[in-house]
Amino acid sequence: MSLVFLIFLPILAALFIPLLFKRLGQIHTGWFVLLVPTALFLYYATRLPSVMEGGTYVSELSWIPSLDIAFIAYLDGLSLLFSLLITGIGALVVLYSVFYLDKHREQLHNFYVYLLIFMSAMLGVVQSDHLITLYLFWELTSISSFLLIAYWYTRDRSRFGALKSMMITVFGGLMMLGGFVLLSIIGGTYSIRELIAQAPELAEHDFFIWALVLVLLGAFTKSAQFPFYIWLPDAMEAPTPVSAYLHSATMVKAGIYLVARLTPVFALSEVWMWLVAGVGLFTMVWASFFALKQKDLKGILAFSTVSQLGLIMSLLGVAAAAYHVEGAAETYLKYAAFAAIFHLINHATFKGSLFMIAGIVDHETGTRDIRKLGGLMSLMPISFTVALIGSLSMAGMPPFNGFLSKEMFLTAMLSLQEFNLFSMDVWWILFPVIAWIGSVFTFIYSLYFVFHTFAGKHKPDQLPKQAHEAPVGMLISPVFLAVLVVLIFFIPNVIGDWLVKPAVAAIQPFLYDSPQSVDITVSAWHGFNTELFMTLGIFAIGGLMFWTLRKWQHLYDLYPDPISLNRLYDELMVLSESGVSRFSKMYMTGFIRTYLVYMFSFVIFIVLLTLFMTDAFRLNFDNLAPIGVYEIVILFAMLGATVTILVSKSRLTAIIALGAVGYSIALLFVIFRAPDLALTQLVIETISVALFLLAFYHLPQISRKEERMNFRFGNAVVAFGVGLTMTLVALSAHSQKALPSISEFYKETVYTEAAGGNIVNVILVDYRGFDTLFEIAVLAIAAIGIISMIRLRLTKKEDQHENK
Amino acid sequence: MRTNDVMLQTATKVVTFIILMFAVHIFFAGHYTPGGGFIGGLLTTTAIVLLMLAFDIPTVKKVLPINYVVLTAVGLLFAIATASASIIFDVPFFTHAYDYYDLPLFGETSLHSALLFDIGVYLVVVGVTMTIIQTIGEDE
Repeated sequence: MSLVFLIFLPILAALFIPLLFKRLGQIHTGWFVLLVPTALFLYYATRLPSVMEGGTYVSELSWIPSLDIAFIAYLDGLSLLFSLLITGIGALVVLYSVFYLDKHREQLHNFYVYLLIFMSAMLGVVQSDHLITLYLFWELTSISSFLLIAYWYTRDRSRFGALKSMMITVFGGLMMLGGFVLLSIIGGTYSIRELIAQAPELAEHDFFIWALVLVLLGAFTKSAQFPFYIWLPDAMEAPTPVSAYLHSATMVKAGIYLVARLTPVFALSEVWMWLVAGVGLFTMVWASFFALKQKDLKGILAFSTVSQLGLIMSLLGVAAAAYHVEGAAETYLKYAAFAAIFHLINHATFKGSLFMIAGIVDHETGTRDIRKLGGLMSLMPISFTVALIGSLSMAGMPPFNGFLSKEMFLTAMLSLQEFNLFSMDVWWILFPVIAWIGSVFTFIYSLYFVFHTFAGKHKPDQLPKQAHEAPVGMLISPVFLAVLVVLIFFIPNVIGDWLVKPAVAAIQPFLYDSPQSVDITVSAWHGFNTELFMTLGIFAIGGLMFWTLRKWQHLYDLYPDPISLNRLYDELMVLSESGVSRFSKMYMTGFIRTYLVYMFSFVIFIVLLTLFMTDAFRLNFDNLAPIGVYEIVILFAMLGATVTILVSKSRLTAIIALGAVGYSIALLFVIFRAPDLALTQLVIETISVALFLLAFYHLPQISRKEERMNFRFGNAVVAFGVGLTMTLVALSAHSQKALPSISEFYKETVYTEAAGGNIVNVILVDYRGFDTLFEIAVLAIAAIGIISMIRLRLTKKEDQHENK
Repeated sequence: MRTNDVMLQTATKVVTFIILMFAVHIFFAGHYTPGGGFIGGLLTTTAIVLLMLAFDIPTVKKVLPINYVVLTAVGLLFAIATASASIIFDVPFFTHAYDYYDLPLFGETSLHSALLFDIGVYLVVVGVTMTIIQTIGEDE
């Protein structure tokens, strides 16, 4: 089966969802949806053995050949790992959602359609080898995320959160598109594989640094890095399955994926390394610090996700350093990329289960406010166990997988001391220190999450619902993930061989020629070394600070809200809305005559400027037709009619005089042997006179007193200017022939190619048929506009505004 | 326009048909001699407008019960269908086809897919102009 078509499988399945929901409403729609990710997961799993050996798959579907745009599905270690995560976690989340979302009360068809669109989009992001289609899928994930966050669209907070995530991620996406375009200009190709092959030459180019920064903006906004992370906490308004899926396991990792995928292209740059590692590490410590300020369970998890994403990002930054070291495969620097991928897998398992537990707590107690929760341990023992496993793994404690990757993270940060380029030899010590501080706070918020929810005193009077354990179906997915968390700790090298090493080989193709040559074994115990002491320090200090948390947590309230990033976003939004409306009100007066003045002035300006700049004005009276008596007579008739329009006191006279001008032009056409034009002009004139009469029939009579408008100097200038411009253009157009006339071509081909005799009409229906097609479309739109303005007469119904 | 002009009405009854015939002629002649869907459509409109001037809108609506909005839509469909039909034959969008046939009564005649497109143009022009005139004319 073709890989490209598999990407679109979920979208195709989405087509049937509304039908299934309407017709088979008794069965929860989720059961049908579950088939899709499960089947895809199994299919991708069959590809594992050969990808493990370093094999790759490519499948191509041409989309716009003339622009060299195609869907190219490229499956190597990295994209296969992500595909497995997307479909695997996807299946678990769908299973969970079957029990989380009520089939009678919720609009399941919307939910699952959006979810399946997202699945396709995400698979497309991680498998596309073509930059433009990658961008396409990238934006599609933003759109489906927007729809899913706003799933409960009647809530104000949902809509706000959806819009915020959309604004920020789409801004980043557009920046990224710019970066992609620059990359394709530099490299002359849209294919990522071909770009990687010519990476050293790319780095020489002037645009390189711009492409780098723009692409990183896209990755940072999507992966919620500082300062763009502010959308993620607000995105928690989405139903919990969505938060678990999009906003912790998959979509927010798209930025990580992009950075990992493009590391071979950009890693040669010092800026890349500093930006990715620095921003990642700063995000990690910043978000873990503020996670403790949160009162909402999902809020804590959102900040912890931001922090963990920062951690992975910083590891990728350090991994880029390996490109600058001779024989990096022998140094400790090699651990960075491995740790990044390993932690990415571990994070998906423990954070997925934690989100599901947060959803269960919300579902069974009716609140997510951690201040009202407590003492649920005895009421919800299974949930508590899962939460404990997930949290301790997140805190980096054995025997859970988080311990292994956290140790490797510290190893990678310490390994920077071996790196002496880019003034790292001075600054390297900052990295492990900041990483250590971040880890301490990670430890504290992990314990905060689990113990303040499940331990302590139960407060049944503060809970909207009677708390009890969740139904079995809802527990399957989190328990499964929790089992994985423990299992991975004991078989890390199996995971390493199957999933991590192929991905590492894809990130560092210059270092390793096959996944087997990645020489790393993970072990839980590696003697008394610096990492272990750092970890012990984290446990000690973190435990102590958690113990005294109640005493110092209120210090967070001292942080002034007005200078937060959220405030900045709100101010910017308000400013852009009111500012833009103020700007447009400045010139939108509501009078057609004002708009006409704008348009005509602009036409005069632009045409005269062009005439002047290009020195286009010519005067050449050769090759003119002789002027006969008829022409002179008609011309005077036209002049007379025009003056009549200006001075006439009744509208009827003016209209008829205007008609006279038109008919005279038709006569001129006759004299110059253009029967087509003459005929059209005559008919048009007839109809427009009739229309004018109809329209003026509705207008009030011109009153005697105001029969003449005041003379306006400005209008006179504009009117004179239009006349002058048109005259100059007409004279120049006649006097010079920069290009040979196309009429010869028409004369030759009109019969042989188009089988017609009348050039004018053949142009309309054949040569320029496209123009005609759109012209009649515009005509139809104009007719609809007139109907809606006159017949439907929209009355103002401000009180029915949906936001009020 | 509440006039009851017998002469105008009598003349209109004849002239309308002449204009309509001329419109049809000019429409079909368009590919070889002056004419075409655009002018044909406009001429048809003038004939109907003349009817409306001589009689009144309700009468004309009774005689010609045409929904001009639908007519516009049908015209657009014609035009787009003709343009896209070429895709089925695996030639670029908007490629026209023509051939010469021996038809009874007409003799050798060339049939051109451009005519179908022109029918679309014709219908849209009639539909749009009549929609505008009728809407404004009926507005109170």
